[in-house]
Order: sequence, then structure tokens, then C-alpha cells
Amino acid sequence: MGKTPYNIWNVIKGGLTGQKNWTPAWRDPEPKASYDAIIVGGGGHGLTTAFYLAKNHGMTNIAVLEKGYLGSGNVGRNTTIVRSNYMHPENAHFYEHGLKLWENMSQELNYNVMFSQRAIINLCHSKAQYDAFARRGNAMRLNGIDAEILNAEEVRQRAPMLDFNPRARFPIFGGLMQARGGTARHDAVAWGYARGADSYGVDLIQNCEVTGFKIENGEIQGVETSRGYIGAKKVGIAVAGNTSKVCATAGLNNLPIESHKLQAMVSEPLKPLIDTVVTYGAGHFYVSQSDKGGLVFGGDLDGYNSYAARGNLPTIEHIITAGVAMMPCISRVRLLRHWAGIMDMSMDGSPIITKTDTKGLYLNAGWCYGGFKATPASGWCFAHTIANDAPHKYNEAFTLDRFAKGRVIDEKGAGPVPGAH
Amino acid sequence: MFKIECPWCGDRDMVEFTYGGDATKKHPDDMAAASLDEWNAYVYERDNPCGPHWEYWHHVNGCRQWLMVHRDTLTHEIYETAKPTAKDVKKPWTGKGDAS
Repeated sequence: MGKTPYNIWNVIKGGLTGQKNWTPAWRDPEPKASYDAIIVGGGGHGLTTAFYLAKNHGMTNIAVLEKGYLGSGNVGRNTTIVRSNYMHPENAHFYEHGLKLWENMSQELNYNVMFSQRAIINLCHSKAQYDAFARRGNAMRLNGIDAEILNAEEVRQRAPMLDFNPRARFPIFGGLMQARGGTARHDAVAWGYARGADSYGVDLIQNCEVTGFKIENGEIQGVETSRGYIGAKKVGIAVAGNTSKVCATAGLNNLPIESHKLQAMVSEPLKPLIDTVVTYGAGHFYVSQSDKGGLVFGGDLDGYNSYAARGNLPTIEHIITAGVAMMPCISRVRLLRHWAGIMDMSMDGSPIITKTDTKGLYLNAGWCYGGFKATPASGWCFAHTIANDAPHKYNEAFTLDRFAKGRVIDEKGAGPVPGAH
Repeated sequence: MFKIECPWCGDRDMVEFTYGGDATKKHPDDMAAASLDEWNAYVYERDNPCGPHWEYWHHVNGCRQWLMVHRDTLTHEIYETAKPTAKDVKKPWTGKGDAS
């Protein structure tokens, strides 16, 4: 709605006219009495859903309700990795669709999300692990996704800072690379989709916590919020770690989800050291380097149910131990900051994008550690599901009843243990 | 970080323990006769509260006994711990210690 486009001409014009030519990226509207659709949760997935509801499905009388500020949850708390190196077809096609959206995102939004396809390399440390990776790579290729298996020398050419000493604790045997994987500027993703949704007339309402759902005769009527009642024909829930809490107020209890915290860390800024994304195959550690020079890395869950977005030191020690084993050159690098996000860990490691038993109520949850890369695909599919009251083929397997029906999508074969995936 | 009071060993650092999940879940008594819904409820469904939560921990780097912990998932405050023989832990259960 009349936004100044972000381009070189407006930068020059702004430079010559005191930067007075810019319009706000989004409005701060008062909530209306009712909407055609409401998205609960103004994070990456909620904003993306609103954007695609407006863009792909022409629904513009909609609102996003956010209890804090836009992008205040996991979309700004992750390690920014984007990839689609999944083996099971249900996941592979979904994430690959997402990766294609990533590749065009900056153009689609007129917002530089700094998407950098710097490749992701999963290290393997034994012949058996190499075989398993070759199998995954072959499955990816059969699904039309790029994958390359690398031997140790080929890994060394791409990431010479790793420990290639044969006397390393877990010597590097090879790796599986997805060259189209990479990283993106995570806040820009939230802001870009927010600006895009707002330009279609979507109301982005901040500081508006949903406290209850009005359901009559099995049909959604609206939501109770901290800023009063708002009517809605359709309501989509995309609240990540708070899914169980929010859904309980809609009578959706006992979801196959546990909330856990996952930590991420950033080191002090360094000269360019690592120009790809590397994941350790002998422990939980993954690392990339931001444009500011900080090493961005993370590891495993803290390991117990938690709604506290703060991490514990033993887990940090564990993660950094794995990191130093993989690249000993970082052993004296100082940690700048660390934080935790609340993950909605599903019981099979795969997400849920589905209708519910309540007419007009939709659920988007269960993103485990992987919600960030799914942001565009999640919103794209969720918007399709809400607009058509039926899932797209990319998300038709991500149902709630797959657990009861024995159709779990357990990528790792780890069983019903949240956090083992 | 927090400490956990092991019913056998006393106050110990959390790093000595590993987590065992929701302690209000109990597998069906008659496993052969249980319906798929009962199994689904036991294996997959979770209350996942934001607040007090009964859960199992394993004192794996200590006495290697299992124990139950009543912990707040938001503040990480531990209200009480109990031996796992304390039976039928449901949410309203406030009994202390070993019920056997």
C-alpha cells in the first residue's frame, strides 16, 4: 500500500533529500471487529501465512495477532540454516518447495533477506556413516534435489579449517553436501514478509495476546484477546513452542508435542574462516559464519521440557566440546552471546500443518529444530490449507492423526522421543 | 542450572542426571487388550504444561536409580522429588515421597 520500493534509485534519492522518502515498513493498526481470517502468532510462519493468503489466495481482510512484537520468537533465535536434504518423500518435496521459495524470496518481497547459498556439508566419520549418507543423497537425487557425496579430500578443499588429522577423536571420512543449502538473515525474513503482507492490506497487530477461542457448534467464531474479542471465519494457529498452551484454550489438548529449549551461540567476530555450513557427524554441532564475522553455532536440546527461553551452561560446554573436536582452531575464540528458543518438538520429528476437528480452525506446529528453513513453505502450505479448507499435496501427510494411524514420518527412525530426531 | 534432590543421594548437580520424560504417562495395564487409542495416548500424546510438571529423571552418573521430579517448566523450580515407586502420579497428586 504505497510503500517506497527498496532500490538503488530510492537510496540515491534518499541520500539527496535527507532520507525523507521512506514510508514505514508496516502500519500499526487497531484491530477491527472481525476478519475473514486470523493468524495467531506473528513469527516467521504466521507472517508468511498471511502474506501467501493475500498474495496467492486473494484474502486481504485478515489479521496477524502477535502477543509481543513481530518476529520476537524463534524466527529471530535460530542459526539461520536453510536446506532441503531430507530423505522421506513427504519431507523432501515440502522442504524442496521451500528452498525454491527461498531462492526467489528477496525478489518476491523486494526485501534483501541476504540468502546465501553457501552449501551445507554434513560430515561423516566412518564407512558405515558414509554409506548411510550416500543412501540419503541418492534418495534426495531421486526426489529431484541436489546432493553430492564427498570424500575427505573433497571436504578438505571446501572446509580446510576442520581437523583432518587421522588421530582426531573422530577423523573425517567424507561428507554429504547440498550445494543449494545455505543461510539467510533471519530477522529480515520476518520483516520482509511483514512488509509484504502489510502492503496487501493485512493488519499486523502487535501486543495482542490470544487468550481464548470462541467455538460454537463445532465452528470457530473468533478469538478472545488482550485487546478484546475479534470475530473471524477462519483461525490459523502458528505459535511454535507455545502450541500446547494456546491450543489448550481451544480445547485441543494432548497434542503429540513437547516444548523443549534449544540453544544457539555467536562468537566474537573473526576474519573470514568458514564460508559454508558444516555439521558434525560425531556429535551435535553445526556452524556457519555470519557476515559480521561471528561464528553462529548450535547443538542439541537442553534435554528436558521447558518454556524458559534461556539455556544452561552444561549444554553449552557439551556443544563447544563437539565444536572444538571438529575444528580445534576455535578453542580460544570467545563466546559473545547465547540464547535459547522454545521448540515445539513433535513425536516423530516432522511438522503438523492441518485442519482440526473444529471447522475453521487450523494448526501449524511441530517444527522441532527445523522451523526456520521451513518458513516460506510452511506459510505457503498453511495459507493453501486455510484458503481451500484442504491441504496441498506438499502438506497432506503432516496431519495430527498420523500418530494414531501409524503413519509417522520419522526421518531418523528414532521412535517416539521428542528430541531424538 | 539447578540441583535435583535424589531420594537416595540428596542434593546433586543436574549434570549427574538424564531426563526420562512425562511421569504422568502410564502404559496400559493389559498391554495385549489395550486399544490403539490407549496406546496412542501413552506413546504420543502429551499434556506439555507450562508450569508444574511431573517427570522422570535418571541419576545415571550417580546411584543409577530412577526418580520422579515435580518441576516447573517455566521457572525450573523443583517443588519435590520422589522415588518412582510412588504410584499413579496424576496432575493433582500432591503426595510426598515414597507412597509404597
